[in-house]
Amino acid sequence: MTAAVTTAPATTTRGAGKTSRRRSAVWLGLTPFAIYVLLFLAIPAVLAVGSGFFSSAGAFTFANFSALADPVITGDLVATIVLSLVTAVIGAIIGAIICFALLGTRPDGWLRTTIDSASSVLAQFGGVMLAFAFVATIGQQGFITTWLVSTFGWTDNPFVIFDNNGPLLYQVIGLTIPYLYFQIPLMVIVFMPAMEGLKATWGEANATLGGTRFTYWTRIAFPILAPAFFGSVILLFANAFSSYATAAALISQGGILPLDIKSSLTSETVIGRANQAGVLALAMVVVMIVVMVVYSALDKRASRWRS
Amino acid sequence: MSTVQQKAPRARAPRYGAEPSKATRRVILIVIGVIFLIPIAAMVQFTLRIGQPAPGQAQPLGIQHYLDVFNPANEQTYDPLFQGIQNSVVIALFTVLIVLVLLLPTMILVELKFPQLRKVLEFICLVPITIPSVVLVVGFIPVYSTVAQIFGSTPYTLAFGIGVIVLPYAYRPIAANLAGVDVTTLSEAGRSLGAGWGSVLWRVILPNLRRGILSAIFITIAVVLGEYTIASFLSQNTFQTALVLIQQTDPYVGVIFALFALLFAFVLLVVIGRFGSVRRTRRAPRPRKAPVNP
Repeated sequence: MTAAVTTAPATTTRGAGKTSRRRSAVWLGLTPFAIYVLLFLAIPAVLAVGSGFFSSAGAFTFANFSALADPVITGDLVATIVLSLVTAVIGAIIGAIICFALLGTRPDGWLRTTIDSASSVLAQFGGVMLAFAFVATIGQQGFITTWLVSTFGWTDNPFVIFDNNGPLLYQVIGLTIPYLYFQIPLMVIVFMPAMEGLKATWGEANATLGGTRFTYWTRIAFPILAPAFFGSVILLFANAFSSYATAAALISQGGILPLDIKSSLTSETVIGRANQAGVLALAMVVVMIVVMVVYSALDKRASRWRS
Repeated sequence: MSTVQQKAPRARAPRYGAEPSKATRRVILIVIGVIFLIPIAAMVQFTLRIGQPAPGQAQPLGIQHYLDVFNPANEQTYDPLFQGIQNSVVIALFTVLIVLVLLLPTMILVELKFPQLRKVLEFICLVPITIPSVVLVVGFIPVYSTVAQIFGSTPYTLAFGIGVIVLPYAYRPIAANLAGVDVTTLSEAGRSLGAGWGSVLWRVILPNLRRGILSAIFITIAVVLGEYTIASFLSQNTFQTALVLIQQTDPYVGVIFALFALLFAFVLLVVIGRFGSVRRTRRAPRPRKAPVNP
């Protein structure tokens, strides 16, 4: 690649035939990356979605789509969407409150550096380790669980038994708690720029015109922040919808769609289930596409105030 | 801008904008901070537990489990974990290499020669965010059965797959850096002073992109060390899959290593944050001082 760069002509020399041949040499410089993306992004993505249309013998079929009629699968799809939505909305609200609290702090001060770094760690790095943290906190032997038992004698608190189904943490509803632990930090990361985009002059204009801080928020800040806020909610939704590690470390089988994909791929009892994973992958992609289309529409509106 | 706001009006001056009062800020940050610290504190407490408490007694605590990690007698048990860490580190190196050898030159080349492709490159690099890695991994399985025939079934080949997951995170800091530096003018200046493309790249462009490249490297390392999905689906032993495995036999050691890893990633990202602030303090003074002393 560097070879292609070094033989390239300077942009200032624009000649005829010789340059065009060199130009094609420059084009060659793009091929390694193009091949890499083709092999490890385009092909896997097509294979993942396409495998749903083939039987295990390799014949084209729609039979795998019967999986979407399976009440267990549809139930899990709904559960995944509800879990993602609930954690996205709650996470967005709490995250926005943190962003509000951080307004007016120095962006390069220690407070912001600490919160930014901690947010990045929890939002992008957590996964399995967050699951451990919550096992240690509200698992059966968790810190809070045992504290509730020893201090208040509350032996059947929800962290020990919930819905007659064992500890809350190992159920899909219980995933809400660890999920919020990475959703809130993600909200801080994605929403802070919008919050900082609130211009001081708008507050002054509001005051000059006799507005109170209440009218400032209801008439200026909320309407301006709304598109960015809902855009962030969607991003959080997508984040929860596609996350796998935390759930996999806590729940051994089923419950949400990513776990179903894993179990249909590793299933040894039912032959040909591997192609069902393709259908589930397709379902996830469809949800993600819908979500991303809405996101880009909202983002366009939000960016109007950013410049 | 915000610092100006904070310094200019004295404590009792009326607040016009969105900024919260100091008390409000403190209450919000302390309450949420404490809630977020509880699970971390619980992890620490968990690693210090020794045995079960006698009924009605307090939980006995000690550093026994930390010593166990270094006890040669446990080597057998912890071997997969250390192996996993080793694999993850090598995968991280390879992934960084992919970023530096494939992504970075392409980004520079596009910036210099094919600015019309900038949007396309950006789109490609952001796609992995919209495709859940669980989905991508379904397609990785057949691809990797071919990869295994070529390279053998080693965990190191995971770098190819993780490299794709890393693309958005590595792309952003480099792109932000590229946007702030006029590489076209710089390279033309270098060329007109008689430098070859090699020395323009090495002595002009890369030093100017140092910050973006370093951020991209750090975030790549963090993502690789935290990656679980691909490794688990392709049944390879990495740090994260080893953590899940070891947790079933020795939960304490799992949590100890999780704590260390979280701390390590946190420090790594604080360092990135510091790099960012070096830029701000170096460049910001001029425009920032203007409104203070009109």
